[in-house]
Amino acid sequence: MSNVSKKQHWWNNAQHRSLFFQLILVGLVVGFFWFIGSNTMANLEKRGISTGFGFLSMKSGFGILQSLIPYSESSTFGRTFVVGLLNTLLISVLGIFFATIIGFTMGVARLSSNWLVSRLAAVYIETFRNIPLLLQMFFWYFAVLRALPGPRQSWSAGDVAFLNIRGLYLPRPIFGDGFLMVVIAFLAGVLLTELLRRWAKRRQDQTGQQFTLLPVASGLLVGLPLLVFFLLGSPLTWDIPALKGFNFRGGMTIIPELTALLTAISIYTGTFIAEAVRSGILAVNPGQTEAASALGLHRSKVLKLVVIPQALRVIIPQLTSQYLNLVKNSSLATAIGYPDLVAVFAGTTLNQTGQAIEIIAMTMGVYLFISLTISGFMNWYNKKMMMVER
Amino acid sequence: MTVLLTTPSPSLPPPSNSVGIVGWLRKNLFSSLLNSILTCVGLYIVYRIVPPALNWALFQADWVGTSKEACTSDGACWVFVGVRIKQFLFGFYPSSEYWRVVTSFSLVGVLVAWLLIESTPKKGIVAAFTIFCYPIIAYFLFYGGAFGLPVVETYKWGGLMLTLILATIGMFCALPIGIVLALGRRSSMPIAKSFSVIFIEFWRGVPLITVLFMSSVMLPIFMPEDLQIDKLLRALIGIIFFQSAYMAEVVRGGLQAIPKGQYEAAEALGLSYWKSMVFVILPQALKLVIPGIVNTFIALFKDTTLVLIIGLFDLLAVVQAAFADPKWLGFSVEGYVFVASVYWVSCFSMSRYSQHLEKKLHTGHAR
Repeated sequence: MSNVSKKQHWWNNAQHRSLFFQLILVGLVVGFFWFIGSNTMANLEKRGISTGFGFLSMKSGFGILQSLIPYSESSTFGRTFVVGLLNTLLISVLGIFFATIIGFTMGVARLSSNWLVSRLAAVYIETFRNIPLLLQMFFWYFAVLRALPGPRQSWSAGDVAFLNIRGLYLPRPIFGDGFLMVVIAFLAGVLLTELLRRWAKRRQDQTGQQFTLLPVASGLLVGLPLLVFFLLGSPLTWDIPALKGFNFRGGMTIIPELTALLTAISIYTGTFIAEAVRSGILAVNPGQTEAASALGLHRSKVLKLVVIPQALRVIIPQLTSQYLNLVKNSSLATAIGYPDLVAVFAGTTLNQTGQAIEIIAMTMGVYLFISLTISGFMNWYNKKMMMVER
Repeated sequence: MTVLLTTPSPSLPPPSNSVGIVGWLRKNLFSSLLNSILTCVGLYIVYRIVPPALNWALFQADWVGTSKEACTSDGACWVFVGVRIKQFLFGFYPSSEYWRVVTSFSLVGVLVAWLLIESTPKKGIVAAFTIFCYPIIAYFLFYGGAFGLPVVETYKWGGLMLTLILATIGMFCALPIGIVLALGRRSSMPIAKSFSVIFIEFWRGVPLITVLFMSSVMLPIFMPEDLQIDKLLRALIGIIFFQSAYMAEVVRGGLQAIPKGQYEAAEALGLSYWKSMVFVILPQALKLVIPGIVNTFIALFKDTTLVLIIGLFDLLAVVQAAFADPKWLGFSVEGYVFVASVYWVSCFSMSRYSQHLEKKLHTGHAR
């Protein structure tokens, strides 16, 4: 009884304590930033480095190896930033595309009932995921692509594509006047297919009759654009690269830096995607497959309706984090001279202007924005796909 | 005539094509047309890759010699690696002091083995020695400056030695920070929680290269002018921050896997927050996440190659620099294969070890 009446000390109150700790924490953090801030001010003043984002409108004075938008030495640093960003996005998109293909193929192959195929896939995965990405990039760039022959002894594929030490030369499509109609026809095909799919689902829900979508859909998606294409007299020609003098002219040039980076990053990320796919498929309880077969579903329906939706629930979060890793890893491009954001902006631009704080902050900001957007999408997706438990 | 059998007739042996080697081949390689085609394609790939690779790397390779002239055959020239192996291992560390590096790594090897092998006694003392005394010993062995050991400046450190130093220091400093961040992220204090979340998400959202750029370019601006931070130390600070965010997420996974009853039981015993964490929750959570910690260590070990971009000479950078030697032009493949095999052997064995642990630790809460 006596204990109860005793007054509790304020520091034994959990709320007061947590308030106290958090105030200390805030104090420490504020102090830390104040320390950094005042040092920075002093240092910048002493070194005579200007601050602010004025440099973005200054003339850059250097060229960039590859640029998706018009860029020259008289462009501004702001434009340099955009060029670098676009190059980063380009390698990310291409890398994600190829890594996904490689990863899914290898992940499924590793689970194959064919002993040799599953062994080969396992060897691929275990070899390439245990070797640093930077080393693989160096290997492809310095040891493979640098050892290619010169333009006159290029390797060619059917005299339309050429590979030599200067890069990969591919035919470039030239879209004629009517090509827009073909694109419209394709979009119409997509729309019609979607409407058809909805109609088929509604009919199946009401009457139980099934509708085989595939032949009609392929007709709409492939046949319709092709028909329009030929009716308009093939409004697409190819600009084929040809050897003129010492180098190739025409066509589309893919610089060796891009080829090396893309090869390395797709092969490396492909191993992780393969493991994600494998773990996703293995995570589906075999009882699910058996139950679906017991219901009389056809093998393809078992996969489509039971296994894949459940496997995707496991695969997609891992897949997204691998995509994020790929985007971040694409910054290694700077080591072999591919002009990505880090190379042209946090590298060359920083060296020329010396405005480290603004430049590093902008570079990090871009990656942070990409990461947070994708992980935000991920959380939304996870909530949507979460198993509804009863 | 009727024959009456009173005993069952003996069972026939299985068909000869479903047992033995033939049976195995039929089942695993040629079970259907598609599988047969895949097997043939696979065999062709193996045939095109494995014999030439073995020929190049082993049978036709040159192993002994001291100069480029020793490499006369078509295969790999391992002489290149052999001649420069000391540089690949120690960078520019003075050769008279190699014993210090070797002693230091052997000591930590023994200590770690002691901790990992199950039947060794006095693990607590050894662990305390490893955590508190070993770093001091290692510092004086590597850097010197006391006990009559000459100082070896960090710009002379390099090769595999630097790679191992970066990875292990990065790891051991990141673990405690990561644990604090993970606890902060699960804490009920809103400010502590949001600070942890911001810290973790920031470092996890940016690539390691930008972190290294930041630590090498911006740290000197952030610090008081008269404070010179060593290049290696700057890289290490960046790596530790980066790694601690990843470590925090791994530890958080472990904390979430502990059933709520454990937290409640600790509270019911009257333990304070820190006591319940240190004595009840963390021992269980950390045990659960050892495989995850090993996996992040593997990732860090591979990522240390990035320091070459800010001008430190780790294993890859030293080998890359060796290609520029005019006496040894044209041996880049050998160099890369050497580095790749060092990384591969280390990472592969660590990942096997982590899988083994995962199986071994898969007790307790798995229901």
